[in-house]
Amino acid sequence: MGGDLRLTAITKRFGAIAANDNINLTVREGSIHGLLGENGAGKSTLMNILSGLYQPDSGEISLAGEQIQIESPADAIRHGIGMIHQHFMLVKQLTVVENIILGQSKQSGLNKAASRLRLNLKEQSDAIAQLGKTYGLEVPPMALVSTLPVGIQQRVEILKVLCRQARILILDEPTAVLSPTEIQSFLTVLKQLAARNHTIIFISHKLDEIMDVCSEVTILRRGQVVASVPTNRTNRAELAQLMVDRAVEINTQSSPQPVGDVVLDIRDLWVNAEHRQVAALRGLSLQIRAGEIFGIAGVDGNGQRELADAIAHLLPIQKGTIEIISPASTKTKPKSVAYIPEDRQKQGLILSFSIARNLVLKAFSKLPFCRRWILDNKKITAHAKQAIDAFDIRASSPLLKAGQLSGGNQQKIILARELAGEPALIIAMQPTRGLDIGATAAVQQSLRSQRAKGAAILYISTELEDVMAMSDRLGVIYRGQLVDVLDPNAATLERIGLLMAGQSSSSSPQNYPSETLQESANEPAGKPA
Amino acid sequence: MSPPVNPPERKLQQNPSRSLTYRLMHQSKTALRAAYPPMLAVLAALLVGAMLMLVAGASPIAAYSALFRQALTTYFGFADTLAKTTPLLLASLGVLVALRAGQFNLGAEGQLYMGGLGSLLVGLALPGWPVWIHLPLALLGGFGFGAAWGAIAGYLKVARGLNEVLTTLLLNYVAQYLISYFVNGPLKAENAPSPFSELVAVSARLPTILPKTQAHAGIFLGLAIAILLTVAFAITPWGYRVDAVGQNPIAARYAGISTNRTILSVMAISGGLAGLAGSSEVLGLKRRLFENFSPGYGFDALAIALLSRGNPAAVILTSFFFGAIRSGASVMQRNASVPVSIIYAIQGLIVLFVAISLTLDTQSRVSLFSAKSTKEQQT
Repeated sequence: MGGDLRLTAITKRFGAIAANDNINLTVREGSIHGLLGENGAGKSTLMNILSGLYQPDSGEISLAGEQIQIESPADAIRHGIGMIHQHFMLVKQLTVVENIILGQSKQSGLNKAASRLRLNLKEQSDAIAQLGKTYGLEVPPMALVSTLPVGIQQRVEILKVLCRQARILILDEPTAVLSPTEIQSFLTVLKQLAARNHTIIFISHKLDEIMDVCSEVTILRRGQVVASVPTNRTNRAELAQLMVDRAVEINTQSSPQPVGDVVLDIRDLWVNAEHRQVAALRGLSLQIRAGEIFGIAGVDGNGQRELADAIAHLLPIQKGTIEIISPASTKTKPKSVAYIPEDRQKQGLILSFSIARNLVLKAFSKLPFCRRWILDNKKITAHAKQAIDAFDIRASSPLLKAGQLSGGNQQKIILARELAGEPALIIAMQPTRGLDIGATAAVQQSLRSQRAKGAAILYISTELEDVMAMSDRLGVIYRGQLVDVLDPNAATLERIGLLMAGQSSSSSPQNYPSETLQESANEPAGKPA
Repeated sequence: MSPPVNPPERKLQQNPSRSLTYRLMHQSKTALRAAYPPMLAVLAALLVGAMLMLVAGASPIAAYSALFRQALTTYFGFADTLAKTTPLLLASLGVLVALRAGQFNLGAEGQLYMGGLGSLLVGLALPGWPVWIHLPLALLGGFGFGAAWGAIAGYLKVARGLNEVLTTLLLNYVAQYLISYFVNGPLKAENAPSPFSELVAVSARLPTILPKTQAHAGIFLGLAIAILLTVAFAITPWGYRVDAVGQNPIAARYAGISTNRTILSVMAISGGLAGLAGSSEVLGLKRRLFENFSPGYGFDALAIALLSRGNPAAVILTSFFFGAIRSGASVMQRNASVPVSIIYAIQGLIVLFVAISLTLDTQSRVSLFSAKSTKEQQT
């Protein structure tokens, strides 16, 4: 075990899409190797191949010069490769010790026969405490996992892997769930692990962390390796550029048209994450006018979901105001707010309902679909036939269940429902995620035609190309605030990439929440941007 | 991308004029297909029951023929079957309404007891009133008490996040002992040898429909409500809303449907219908409130509702089946010397096999779906 890990020409396809396309990667023993890339760049697929969850279609993996086969997670552990997932794989009702020894077939104790019959928790917990001390991963071994803060739970995850004799640790966005202070001690632990000759593959969006702890960084884009560079020979700006740069021509098509009055006015909005007492939005303000698409770019999990849900009255507001002002010309007919939610199958549709019934999910109790307490099924079906034609939904009948359609056609059902009746405000959350080119174009075209009709549109996407192509103005969200609002035609990708990663080279520091400010003050002076 | 291949639907598009007949046919076909696994479950339960009888040294053929001949072909047996079907039907419809909204109402038994109390109170309170006012009021009292009992669980779920399975189940005990208290104390009939109340006023009684038997008009109430619910789920916005919340509460919420209000109202209606089962026992069968008057109708109701797959029309048949085996059980014991407890074992087996058939069904549906969608995405 040990030695350099080398991936050669790894390719993995899902249907027509190559998630990993001829990837070559060398990770030196005892180094911390950063893996950088946007959502969907292929990082997770690659790591799942390494940890034995997926099999590559072609390519080789070798460890210390020897070719190895990883056919299951058990194989990966046998070769000393341990994966720490972003979402912890812990049994919350059990103690730390119990979690760590869970599923371990080989007992490391002296009397093997006895340990097979008896769980000698005391001995195990001492061993774990000792191991924790060695690596700076102190945990209370007898505490229930459910009582521990997230940062400590993560230590348990790492200890679990270390106890299985892992020499190569894969960490999938480990800092995403941590608070700023936890991140600091976590990064220190990583350095200690590397100092003890553990090899670490560190997946992150955060350029600062990569620059801080990694000795080398590999950037993935669309399933391919764009670059593999030592961190002391690059800088954040270059990494941002590499991460987001595209050969594709970005055609904004933002037909410059006169914008109208303010339709959505958000001031100093504070919203907590669902079921948690943590602020996801921290004093966000924005205005959108009629006939304008306001794009929001940002790394997933920076408050986008909470912003959309708060506008749609699905999350309570802690502080601040959201005002939706319908244009004066249509005061007789109050215009509605359309919401295209992020997860079309869970939030957008009732898969067991027919297309026709899904199309009236918002309007079923009103005329013309409901007259005198009775649903008019004829009108509902007729309406569905119209929508199927108008939005080019590929289905042989409006009575087909929504669950029987492809993702693109499901999204078209939602569009047809939400865009009916010319809404004054449209919230579109990742509306093109997972769609093929044709369906993506159809979705974008529908939204543009709504803009032409005077709708104000909030377009949220983590895919930068997508959001830049659609927006008239582009806000970058980071930790629940808009760090900057740009003109997508004038802004450089590099600048947006930096803003998304929480770096603002030119904008004034008062844009940051105080906590972030403190945190960046605590951080060791980063390399110049 | 080519349109998905689906012959029946394509036929519909080609012949829009025949769509109604076609749809009725199609619906009955899907109903039949839906009924297939539950029928298998019942059959399997009867088979295992037969084995139990063999083990007990009795002839299953003799036992089953005695049971069904008594329950279905004799005048008094059939009347008894109807009398037993009535509370089962009403309570099952209650459980079914909750099930359609994705809620498991295990509290039909308790709601039934509370409904009995409500109807008794109204039935005692207004002697001499005309039947056409007093009887509906007495039924309404039962519905109201049951609805209140169901709404408690609904409220606890909506406001406090307590699982309705737990609360409805535990409220059963509260209701049952509350009734015991009333018929042992304040509502006990004068000089009664055992805990029961006074007779309800004649004007509040559900009339007997077969002379000299216990079969009473409550069965019509159950049939009417079953038909009403079938229609409600097919063509009313209320039914649409309940189904939407039951099938995908998240999507319903995103579309602006108040899932909380829907769940609360559905739990109340569910409790109310189960309460009517108690009313029918008090106003139609016993004419008094007895301690422990239900032999577990509320629990059978859950099995019936599950067996009927949320279809109110299917509940009629299933309740009748359960009523028949309950009614024929005692004759079976006498004629074929098979203990009545076999019947309870068979009922338990039915629930077990229904549970198995439900899991089989979801699996097949899931695989059907995924096969279809991948096929479509590839084209």
